[in-house]
This record gives sequence, C-alpha cells and structure tokens, in this order.
Amino acid sequence: MSETLIRSRKAGKKSAVRKKNFWLDTMVLPGTIWLLLIRYLPMFGIVLAFKNYKAQRPNTFWNNILKSDWVGLKNFEFLKSPDTAVMIRNTLGYNILWILLGLVIAVAFAVMMSELTARFMAKTYQTLMFFPYFLSWVVASYFVLAFLDPTSGMIPALQKASGGQASNFYHETQWWPLILTLCSMWKNIGYSSVLYLAAITGIDTTQYEAAAVDGATKWQQVWHVTLPNIRAMIVILLIMNVGKIFNADFGLFYNVPQNSGSLYPVTQVVDTYVYRAYANTHNIGMSSAAGFLQSLVGLICIVAANAVVRKIDADSSLF
Amino acid sequence: MSNAAVRKIKPSTASLNRFGPGTQAVFHCVLGLFALLCIVPFIFVIIISFTSEESIRQIGYSFRPLSWSVQAYTYTFQLGDQLWRSYFNSFLITVVGTFLSVLICFLYAYPLFRRDYGHRQFFNFLSFFTMIFGGGLVPTFVICKSVLGLSDNYAALIVPMLFSPFNVIIMRTFFQTSVPMELIEASTIDGSGEYGTLFRIVFPIVTPGIATIALLVSLGYWNEWFLSLLYVNKNMDIIPLQYLLMRMQRNADFLAKNSSMLGADAAKAAAQMPSQTLKMALVVFIVVPIACAYPFFQRYVVAGLTVGSVKG
Repeated sequence: MSETLIRSRKAGKKSAVRKKNFWLDTMVLPGTIWLLLIRYLPMFGIVLAFKNYKAQRPNTFWNNILKSDWVGLKNFEFLKSPDTAVMIRNTLGYNILWILLGLVIAVAFAVMMSELTARFMAKTYQTLMFFPYFLSWVVASYFVLAFLDPTSGMIPALQKASGGQASNFYHETQWWPLILTLCSMWKNIGYSSVLYLAAITGIDTTQYEAAAVDGATKWQQVWHVTLPNIRAMIVILLIMNVGKIFNADFGLFYNVPQNSGSLYPVTQVVDTYVYRAYANTHNIGMSSAAGFLQSLVGLICIVAANAVVRKIDADSSLF
Repeated sequence: MSNAAVRKIKPSTASLNRFGPGTQAVFHCVLGLFALLCIVPFIFVIIISFTSEESIRQIGYSFRPLSWSVQAYTYTFQLGDQLWRSYFNSFLITVVGTFLSVLICFLYAYPLFRRDYGHRQFFNFLSFFTMIFGGGLVPTFVICKSVLGLSDNYAALIVPMLFSPFNVIIMRTFFQTSVPMELIEASTIDGSGEYGTLFRIVFPIVTPGIATIALLVSLGYWNEWFLSLLYVNKNMDIIPLQYLLMRMQRNADFLAKNSSMLGADAAKAAAQMPSQTLKMALVVFIVVPIACAYPFFQRYVVAGLTVGSVKG
C-alpha cells in the first residue's frame, strides 16, 4: 500500500471519528443546556451567601449581584442562634434513627417475604407495602389529618367519645417524633425491602441446600447464608444514606405537620429552615448561606461515604 | 424484578428446607399487618369522602359512619372550573413533562453508553457532579425566577424537573445490559447514521428501560407540588391538583374563592361547601389514577429502582 493511501485512510478515519463525536454531541446537547442553566448557573449564585443582596440600578439580577456589598461571613451568623442547634439536632437525629430503623425493618421484611411458601401472598404483601412510595407527602398529610384532625379526626373523636380530653396534635410537640417516624417508615419501608428482596432472590439456592445437608436450621441459614450474602448491599446502602445525612425530606417535615409553627421545635430540619428563612423573611443572603453550608457538608459527607464504600467494594462505589 | 424474581425460587426444595407452619404464620401476621397499614389510610379517606357532613359533626371521621353521602362528589361538579382546571393541569404537566424529560434523558444517556464516544467522560461528570453538589435552594430559585423567567407559567412547573442524572444512570445501565456494541458497529457499517441507529435499532431494544424512566418521571410530575409552592405566585390557572390540595389544608375555601363564579354565587357555594369531605374527595381524585395504573407499572418501576440502586 502506498504511503499516501495510508495517510488518506487515517485522515478518513479521523474525520469519521469527528463526525461521530459531532452527532453524539448533538444528542447530549439538550441535557447539557439544561444542566448549565438549571444546575451550574445557580452555583454562581452561591456568592449571594457572601453579599448583602439589595436592588440596584438598573434593577437586573446580575447587576444587583455585582453591585451589592460584600459582607464576608455576616450571613453565617445565624449559626449562633439556638434555632440552628435545634434544626441540626432534628435533621441528624431523625436521619440516624430512620437509617437504623429502616435498615432493620426492611431487611427483616425482605427475609420474611423470601421465606414464605405461599408465593402469591408474598407478592401481595410486597405490592401493598410498595404503594405508599408512589404517593406524595401532600396526599400523605391528608391521611395523617384523617386520624389527627383536632375537630373530627378519628383519634381526637375517639378520645372525646370515651369522655376524655381531645388532644390537639398539631400543637403538641411530644407526639411528633413518633408520628414522623411512623410516616417515614410507612412510605419508605416497601421500597427498601423490595431492594433487599431483589438481592436475596439472587442468592444461589444451592448454598441453602448445602447448609441444610450440613444440618443447619432455617434460622441458622438466614444468619449464615442470607445475611452474609446481602451484607455488601446493606453496608453500601447504609453508607450512602449516611452521605445524605444532612438532607431531609422537605415534604414530610413541611406538609405532614401542616407547617404548624408550634411544632417547629420537633419538625424544623435543614431543608425547611432554608425554605422558611427565604419565604418568611426574604432574607436571600442568610438563606443562601444556610443552603450553601448544607450543600458543602453534603458534598463532604458523600465523598467520604464513597471513599469508605470504595474500600469495601470498589464496584459498588458511586464514583 | 421482584414478581419475576420471587417466582424464581425453586419450589422443588420448598417443602424440605422451609420454616415450619408456625413460624410462617408469624411471618404472615407481621407482613400482613404492615401491608394492611400501608393501604388502610387510603381506604379511610375513601370512606370519609362518602360520609355525610352530619355524621362527621356527630362522631367525627369514622370507619363506620352513621350515614353515607355523595355530596362531596356532586359538589365538585357544581364547583366547576378551578378544580377541573387543576386536574387538567396535572395531566398536562405530567404528559408534556414526561415526554420531554424521557426524550432528553434518552438522548443524554445513549452517548454515555457508547464507549467509543470521545467526550463521554466529560458529559458523564457534568451530569454526575450535580448529584452531589448544587447551588442550593435559594440561588437556584432566584436564578430560575429572575434570570430564566420561570415564574407563574407552565414552564416553571415542567422545566426544573426535565432532567435527572439519576434517570440517566438508570437509562445508561439499561443500554449497557441490553444493547451489544457489535449491533451498533454493524449498523454503522451498513451506513446508518447515528440518529438512525439510535431510533431504529437501539430504541426498540430498550423500550422496557424507557417505560421505566417514563413511569418514574410521570409519577414525579403527577406528585409535584414543590415547584408550584416556589414558582406560582398569583396565576392560579396553572396550578396542578397536588398544589390545590396543599393550599386547601389551611385554607378550606381556597377552592371556592378561586373558582370563577359570580360574587353572590361564590359566597353561596362557599357556604354550602362540604369542606371536610370535599378535601378527602380530592385526595381520592389524585390517588385513583395512581392506584389504577399501579398494578401495571409496579414491575417496571421496581426494575428501574433496583438497577439504579445497584449503581447510582
């Protein structure tokens, strides 16, 4: 083959690659535009956390940002207030409790479902348990209201009927750690037990047969075959949840307690705090600062969690 | 998965290597009780929506009301526009949003699956990074509203949820598990363009994956109220049913006030309104489409979520 022919083929290949890349580029284009506008552009908005945002002249957003004064860390002074401590305690407390509780219950349910001989019943249970996962917290808040509504809710009505004093649930803080926990489990257990069940059904059945031949009881098989087989998944989901420990489910904490002010001591979490700081006081600087801290701590947590997962099982790590 | 996977357990060894009937009964009790707990609130709300206001005044919400009534439902027909408009908005936002979102995610995920794509790593990172870091609620809100003009319009209720890195990962995993690279090479050699390959060869293979994403996305849109809370200030013509319901939590006559009726009629309608049962009837309106479609889509969603959880 002559040298020129090789060169022209190489050039042809190069242009083909460029052409291919071009067409594939056009495919990612719409998503890229979205990401740049809706996700990356707001990252520049983080400077709001360090500015005293005020309307300037001309009153356009970028001009306002540019001309507003730098205030250093003044917007972060909310960290000193006692409300902040309460909200951090709530966020971490609920998350830690629910991660552990959710793990134990979901694994237990998954094991039970996998061990039922009546397959049809197991499927029915799974279908019913998974249902709440598909409902919004607005809908769930009405479910809760049906039971707790101070005038006609079932529980206050029963209290009245039996001659007692009806509780005003939306003003009594002591019930809410329990109510929120029930709600969270109600909505999410179905989902996580389905995940674990998928892992359990993937276990090679010969392992159970071998264990049975060796004389292991069924409980011993669960302990020595099922659990070790899903251990990696448990650890990974656990760590990933720890990585999200500074995020709370806004809908649960905002809608289910009906945004009731007297419940804030037990329902205020980071996400609702940031939202209310903006919605109630329009304090852009302070709410941006709080949101920025949340993003930053979240990033650190998830990177740390991922590093741990990578050590345990490189294939399961997020990145 | 799940249903299929549940079936996979071999029945041959079942009788030999199983928990005894006593233990099984305990399992049935525990699982059955929780399963029941998961749907009882919905049944309760259905019952309340058919309860007469009189019964509620006397004994409150109850599983066994003193008397039944369809007043809440007949009232929804009298009430007219705000309610049905919101219902229509919910469908509109869900359909348009799902179509666009699936298209964008599908187009974004395909090149990321192509190992021979030169910019794969870059776009992978571009999407992934937003999963672990963001500008935060307020900067995002302010920029969407004042720079991008997402305020009091349908775009504000659709655009912020159009793209999801999580769905891209699910979609990409579907490509990886079901589309062999040889197939794409073969169709390229046959002279097919990239879009031709994608829509004529790849698309038919990954329809289950697309169905999964479409269901996840449409559920997301159907259940969406947060965007309305952020971006809708005055234009109540565009709000979906979820947000309408949310506003009615603390403001029972919100619906009557916002329905365009003549002044006197509006006052009358508000006075007659069976406010408690009406709210529950609206909850039923929202949940019924999900409950009806649920048996069909459960399989797909479970498949998608298990795929996503493994790597993502």
